Amino acid sequence: IPQTPLNTATMIRAIRSARTQCEERGVIQRECAAIRAQFRQADNGGRSHNLAKLLYVHMLGYPAHFGQMECVRMIASPRYSEKRVGYLGAMMLLDEKQDASLLITNSIKNDLSHSNQYVQSLALCTLACMGSAEMCRDLAPEIDRLLRASNSYIKKKAALCAVHIVRKVHDLGELFAPAARSLLAEKNHGVLHGAVVLITELCERNPETLERFRKTVPDLVQIMKGLVISGYSPEHDVAGISDPFLQVRILRLLRILGRNNEAASDAMNDLLAQVATNTDSTKTVGNAVLYETVLTVLDIKSESGLRVLAVNILGRFLLNNDRNIRYIAMTSLQRIVGTDHNAVQRHRGTIVDCLKDQDASVKRRALELSLALVSATNIRSMMKELLLFLSSCPLELRAQAASGIFNAAERYAPSQRWHIDTILHVLTTAGGDVRDETVPNLIQLITNTSELHCYTVHKLYRALLSDISQQSLVQVACWCIGEYGDLLLRGECQETEPVQVTEDDVLDALETVLQSHMSAPATRGFALTATMKLSTRITDNVDRIRSIVSIYGSCIDVELQQRAVEYNALFKKYDHMRAAVLERMPVIEKNSPGHTNGESTREAVKEVQPAKVKQAETLLPQQPASQVQGDDTSYRLSQDCISNFLKRFRNPVFLRLTSFCWLF
Amino acid sequence: MIKAILIFNNHGKPRLIRFYQYFAEDMQQQIIRETFHLVSKRDDNVCNFLEGGSLIGGSDYKLIYRHYATLYFVFCVDSSESELGILDLIQVCCYFFKMLCRKKQMVFVETLDKCFENVCELDLIFHMDRVHYILQEVVMGGMVLETNMNEIVAQVEVQNRMEKSEGGLSAAPARAVSAVKNMNLPEIPRNINIGDINIKVPSLSPF
Repeated sequence: IPQTPLNTATMIRAIRSARTQCEERGVIQRECAAIRAQFRQADNGGRSHNLAKLLYVHMLGYPAHFGQMECVRMIASPRYSEKRVGYLGAMMLLDEKQDASLLITNSIKNDLSHSNQYVQSLALCTLACMGSAEMCRDLAPEIDRLLRASNSYIKKKAALCAVHIVRKVHDLGELFAPAARSLLAEKNHGVLHGAVVLITELCERNPETLERFRKTVPDLVQIMKGLVISGYSPEHDVAGISDPFLQVRILRLLRILGRNNEAASDAMNDLLAQVATNTDSTKTVGNAVLYETVLTVLDIKSESGLRVLAVNILGRFLLNNDRNIRYIAMTSLQRIVGTDHNAVQRHRGTIVDCLKDQDASVKRRALELSLALVSATNIRSMMKELLLFLSSCPLELRAQAASGIFNAAERYAPSQRWHIDTILHVLTTAGGDVRDETVPNLIQLITNTSELHCYTVHKLYRALLSDISQQSLVQVACWCIGEYGDLLLRGECQETEPVQVTEDDVLDALETVLQSHMSAPATRGFALTATMKLSTRITDNVDRIRSIVSIYGSCIDVELQQRAVEYNALFKKYDHMRAAVLERMPVIEKNSPGHTNGESTREAVKEVQPAKVKQAETLLPQQPASQVQGDDTSYRLSQDCISNFLKRFRNPVFLRLTSFCWLF
Repeated sequence: MIKAILIFNNHGKPRLIRFYQYFAEDMQQQIIRETFHLVSKRDDNVCNFLEGGSLIGGSDYKLIYRHYATLYFVFCVDSSESELGILDLIQVCCYFFKMLCRKKQMVFVETLDKCFENVCELDLIFHMDRVHYILQEVVMGGMVLETNMNEIVAQVEVQNRMEKSEGGLSAAPARAVSAVKNMNLPEIPRNINIGDINIKVPSLSPF
């Protein structure tokens, strides 16, 4: 015997009082079984309640497909209460892919011409929600009829229904265009709103329709004027603004009509200026209208004075207390920073202040905008702010900030020294978040700035002494020390205060890196090679270097071991070549066009790679910070160097020797 | 276009769910869970717009939400909607639900120890269908239909009255009682003579 189902409130209370998921499932299963049994009977009584309960259960995530046919039955019922819940059920449980939805087509068709407007509205709502393409095609003429000859309640619903139809069946746009046009003469705001939405949809879909609707610009301007100037109208008033939702819709349509069209843009210029100056921006709804106006002004062919006004409004928004407004203002500014660069520059100060905002989304936008606003004139002050930001910014933004700073520095660096200082600053602050190619890029930059070698190596040595955890920084430092160690030891430097550094100090520093558990394998490779290179740049402690190198000959890390063994060989059998092999690196050329940023470099190197392989495994490029293959610091010059050696010494051992990455 | 309206409480339990784009049931629940996850992580002092989330509609959508006491009101919209406009709309909707549900005279006040939810949430729980009908007058097919408060209130009331007047079994006792109450018993004649039939009406005490 099926249980009598509980009434809705009781069932809900029973579900809520279940203490576990299991208990809840039990209650729901019992109820659903009872509901199913009731559906099977041709019962008249609690039908609408049963379906309502089923929809509640469906919302909680339980299966309710067995209610689909009941929806169909309810929709066909003559009683309004049953139709209502039946249509609701259809919208929630059915979609056009299910067979049951076909069965309601007829009901919808009949209900669209029902004498009761509320039944008509149910049918319209359902059609707009889930009407299939066939249903839409079938019923489109009926909708068109309703658009022309019915009361405003039905007209506004028919308008939105038409939007859905046009989305499903694009060709039907033509059918609705005339009716849509005539709806603009209506007084009822709901109908006007629906009409504007429909016209917007038609224009967005079909450029020819857009052309024709441009003629409505004067009418739209008139309607807007009426809304803006009209006195206090209590029905549509929201905080003193007359129907802001309608205003926003019309502004959006004007935007579409005025885009790329001088005449239309001219026709709306005055109106936009009026709205921009007269709208009360102390309330949220006022800001919605203002914002839409700004977007429209910036998108159409407006006068420059109006554009400046619009950008200034955005600038004011940036100072608004409401975070939402700050956020969308920044989004808009970002969109126009390319086209209205100077206007946006005027608000640079405010934008930079937003870097300190508490909201992470606002910070992100501020960062993107700030980077876009960097120029040759403001690079020094902007970089100060950006570096400050980098030291305290949220983790998810650090990589973006670091690479943005590098790009800006590369484009606008006022001096080489400033450039190197900036990069070093970033590496010290956020070395873990920089991209892989930073290390070779920096090395390339350093080698090219020969007058600053002394300065650079001193700075890097000091950085190394204070912190060996930032891998990129440590790698660059090791490389520099290996390469310019003699300058470091000489103790004199024009650009910075020199430090007295002994050979032992330097070797201590490198050994610390070698032995530290914080050093990545690649970093240790850098350190070992640097140590090796110093053997030709120092005079007293060569033996110490020899012993370091021989210790690593039995290192567990295969890479290091191989290197150490080969360096050992360089000490022993090939000592006569050591000086030549370890001499100062020539100026490294970038062999990729433009700036190095990962992709272009990798492609360039991929081409170089097979050529190198053909030269009997001469040189493998080193992987700096990560194990990424290839970067542009594997160089033609070094290839020449090696090929010279090859020609002179066709010794298999030597070939083996040259197969390690000895440049780093 | 509004792709979905999701109202759930601070624990992620759905209170009102309306999708304007079709999704399979398990997908719907997944969307609810993901949205709750994204929105509940937010501080109270950040902006009300969220981009990201991958389930609905690809990249052209954002979540616009407001948090009132125990409820999150989340609208998933695409780029054709004005963000500030939708924020205002959420406020309008919330106001409606509170106002109209209260008017139903069926506000359940649970005992204090069970009542962690405020009255608005309870209204949503126990009158889910009514709330949907109200929502249907504001948003239709994913588009804003009407924002004039008086208009919406009037239309909803007419439809509710229509439903009530149809009655049905559950309303019958109520109708009977009110019908009886309206009868004026003392005026009924003591004897009814229709032709041959003579009915003696029993004396009934007045109600």
